[in-house]
Amino acid sequence: MVYLTRKAEFSASHYYHNPEFTPEENQRIFGKCNNPNGHGHNYTLEVTVKGQVDQRSGFVVDLKQLKDIMNREVIDAMDHRFLNKEVAEFKEAIPTTENLAISIWQRLQPKLNVAELHRVRVYETPDLFVDYYGEA
Amino acid sequence: MKAYLTRRYWFSASHRLHSDEMSAEENQAVYGKCNNPHGHGHNYALEITVAGQVDPKTGMVCNLVDLDAFVNENILERFDRQNLNTLPPFQGVVPTTENLCVEVYGILQKDFHHAEVEKIRVEETMLNSFEYAGGREVRY
Repeated sequence: MVYLTRKAEFSASHYYHNPEFTPEENQRIFGKCNNPNGHGHNYTLEVTVKGQVDQRSGFVVDLKQLKDIMNREVIDAMDHRFLNKEVAEFKEAIPTTENLAISIWQRLQPKLNVAELHRVRVYETPDLFVDYYGEA
Repeated sequence: MKAYLTRRYWFSASHRLHSDEMSAEENQAVYGKCNNPHGHGHNYALEITVAGQVDPKTGMVCNLVDLDAFVNENILERFDRQNLNTLPPFQGVVPTTENLCVEVYGILQKDFHHAEVEKIRVEETMLNSFEYAGGREVRY
C-alpha cells in the first residue's frame, strides 16, 4: 500500500451563523466569525489517496486524473466563492473547517474509482487544520 | 461525523539536557552540546490535535476559543520565555522534546474536556519533531 498526497489551494469567504441561535448566542459562540458580511481565507487542501502500485505504470493513481477530479469537484465549486451563499451544502451546514473537510470528502469519494480516499486535510490558516478520514 | 482539529502554537524556552543519574562524562557523551550548563533555547512549535464528533449546531469539534484559552493559560503562560529545567514538571525529568510532548499531552488529557486529545506534536527546530498520542500509534 502506498499513500499519495496532492495539494490544491483555494480562496473563499464565509461566516458562521446558526439561525436556531439567538443573535446573542451566535455572537457568543462564533465571535468575530459571525460577521454576516463574511471574511476570507486562503485555504490549502491536501487529499491523500492510497492503493497498490500498478505494475505497469508504477502509479497508485494517475496524478492528472486526481488533479482533474479535485479541480472539478472542489476547486471550481469553492475557489473565489462566498461559501455560505454559493456552495449548496453550506446553505444549511455552517462552513467551518470541520464541515469543509467533510464536504470535500463527500464530493471526492464517489468520484475516485482508481484509488481509495484516505484523508482530507483542510488548512484554514497555516496554524489551523482539520483532518477527516470518512469516519461516522 | 468524527474529525480531527489541529492548532499550531509557538513558544520560546531554554533548557539543558542533563541527567543526575549519569556521570559528568556520560552526560557529555549522551547530550553533547545540549549539556552546556548554561542552557540554550529554541522556538518550539506546538501542534495540538483534538478529535470528536462535529457538533451539528456549531459545525465544530470544539470551539477554538476554548482550546486557545486553555492552551494559553495552561501551557504557553507556563512555558513561554522560561527555562524548562526550573519548572515543576522537569524536576527529575530531563526536558527533552520527547518528555515535553508527554507533559503537554498529560496537561490536556487531565483538564481539557471540550474534545478528546488525539496527539501532541512538537517541533524543537525546523529539522526535528516529536509526536505523542498517549501511547497509541500516531495516525497519518
